[in-house]
Amino acid sequence: MTAGRKIGRPILEIDGVSLAFGGVVALQGVSFDVREHEIRAIIGPNGAGKSSMLNVINGVYHPQQGTVAFKGRRRRNVDPHEAAQQGIARTFQNIALFRGMTVLDNIMTGRNLKMKSNFLQQAVYWGAAKREELEHRAKVEAVIDFLEIQHIRKTPVGRLPYGLQKRVELARALAAEPELLLLDEPMAGMNLEEKQDMSRFVLDVNDQMGTSIVLIEHDMSVVMDLSDRVVVLDYGRKIADGTPDEVRNNRGVIDAYLGVAH
Amino acid sequence: MLYREAGQFKTTYAADQQLFPIRQDRIGMAILLAVVFVGVPVAAATPALAGMIDFNYWFSGVLIPFLIFSLAALGLNILTGYAGQLSLGSAAFMAVGAFAAYNFELRVPGMPMLASFILAGVVAALIGIVFGLPSLRIKGFYLAVATLAAQFFVVWALTKFGWLSNYSSSGVITAQKLVVFGYAVDTPVKRYLLVLAIVSVMALAAKNMVRSSIGRAWMAVRDMDVAAEVVGIPMVKTKLLAFAISSFYCGVAGALYAFAYLGTVEPAGFELELSFRILFMIIIGGVGSILGSFLGAGFIVLLPIFMDLSAASIERSFGLALPAGLVSNLTLILFGALIVFFLVVEPLGLARLWQIAKEKLRLWPFPH
Ligand SMILES: Nc1ncnc2c1ncn2[C@@H]1O[C@H](COP(=O)(O)OP(=O)(O)OP(=O)(O)O)[C@@H](O)[C@H]1O
Ligand SMILES: [Mg+2]
Repeated sequence: MTAGRKIGRPILEIDGVSLAFGGVVALQGVSFDVREHEIRAIIGPNGAGKSSMLNVINGVYHPQQGTVAFKGRRRRNVDPHEAAQQGIARTFQNIALFRGMTVLDNIMTGRNLKMKSNFLQQAVYWGAAKREELEHRAKVEAVIDFLEIQHIRKTPVGRLPYGLQKRVELARALAAEPELLLLDEPMAGMNLEEKQDMSRFVLDVNDQMGTSIVLIEHDMSVVMDLSDRVVVLDYGRKIADGTPDEVRNNRGVIDAYLGVAH
Repeated sequence: MLYREAGQFKTTYAADQQLFPIRQDRIGMAILLAVVFVGVPVAAATPALAGMIDFNYWFSGVLIPFLIFSLAALGLNILTGYAGQLSLGSAAFMAVGAFAAYNFELRVPGMPMLASFILAGVVAALIGIVFGLPSLRIKGFYLAVATLAAQFFVVWALTKFGWLSNYSSSGVITAQKLVVFGYAVDTPVKRYLLVLAIVSVMALAAKNMVRSSIGRAWMAVRDMDVAAEVVGIPMVKTKLLAFAISSFYCGVAGALYAFAYLGTVEPAGFELELSFRILFMIIIGGVGSILGSFLGAGFIVLLPIFMDLSAASIERSFGLALPAGLVSNLTLILFGALIVFFLVVEPLGLARLWQIAKEKLRLWPFPH
């Protein structure tokens, strides 16, 4: 299915990351890597620390221990703005769109980082600022076509149904042309048809743009279909790491999912 | 002519990103500009009309304050409506603008008036940045309280430091004569045209900013700041720029308030009450709307006049005298009721009602 892609060297290396909120331990010494052009799934029961892991990767949370290296640059604390500049984009488990803005404006924010004209030029809206706006609009329209959301361009996102909001959020992330895309349960709460659409989009992004993807997902069949390798977290620890088949047959994973007492 | 966009297909993104993508809106705007820039002054110069209508009163007492308050409301709307940072310091930034322009004119020989206004805006912007710093840490109600500090500090400083008002008693300043490009702006109609031109240019600039990346950054910060940071919007720059630009607008409005409207102002004229009045304008007109800034200012400037006229006509037709103060109290009650109405029922204000009316009209007569 994804045979045409060439999986490369590690683009993201997580090394011994630990994170706690007061007494609540969210992550404990987690290490794994993500390779170029790879789809890497993170799975685990509720509260296992999956979302926290994504938050560490793009700097929303700062781990107490361990490091994250993106494109070979090792750091512990990065802020989300820097992470975006380095080429990391993401979606959220609970949709984080800008509710008062239209679909088009939401997606355009994904390109803010690439827009160079200053506010004075924009106030005049002539020459450079106008040209830039049109150039980026064209890029955004390509993303809109790709995700098949032309018909809702001008709709305020607050008025859209859940499934479409998820798609707009993906569009905003893609508009940034990221090298690494973090997707936190992009299919949660969707019906079968919507899930199939979303799966197709994820595969196409990976295939056509070569984007490396970290995907959190609860639906096992989706994970098995999409991912190249899977990390399994349980109570903040990594309990398994491997291909979907290896992970599926792993004793510890089966226990974690069946709720065997620790 | 029907209000429709049917048949107006856009073949380029440039066409779609115009200021007014719908042709009827473009025509409407052109007519409006022709009326306010040409029609009104010509009417005022027509002897037959001038005999019936007191144009000087309308210019000096209604249109000029309406335009100046629109500008201040626009400034607050950039900060509160677009960037989501609640502020109660608008009047303070107007005061800074008024006193700064006065001092530039007073102390810099040969200073062109428009340059003084622009520099007054810049001074207000710098002070706006300083009082915007708390927004990097706090939001909502707490931020509003922090902006109160600006409000009290500025009024205090202008009263305390005599140099700022050239040592006049209680800080009263009398604005210098308005001269633009060597041309004396000395009649109500000339002042009206000057204010109108400045406000129009600044409204256009505001509209352009809010449809560009800086405007999207403001709205993103307003709607969800964590997500804004994650898409790479620089928080500090975006918020402080909102404070700076908003204060610039209020500063210029303050300079015009002194130079083109009142002529004589004192720090006590820029109290918290004025900040609240500007806040009410954007609540009634529409939070996060350029048009709403004008509608709200128009409403708040016109309502008392309308109430006075109605009271006068009631008195005349029924031959009775209403108790003194009744009308102004009724006006206040009406304001209060309207503010509550808009906050609860239509937070996006008159501008939203106007938009709904246009959407209905677009579908009319087939509501499907
Ligand atoms: N901001 C926070 N403050 C306090 N505790 C937090 C915070 N974020 C996460 N946690 C805690 O960290 C643990 C891991 O949470 P996390 O959201 O990463 O789990 P998850 O694997 O994404 O779960 P789910 O499948 O329900 O989304 C939980 O116990 C959670 O309560
Ligand atoms: Mg989660």
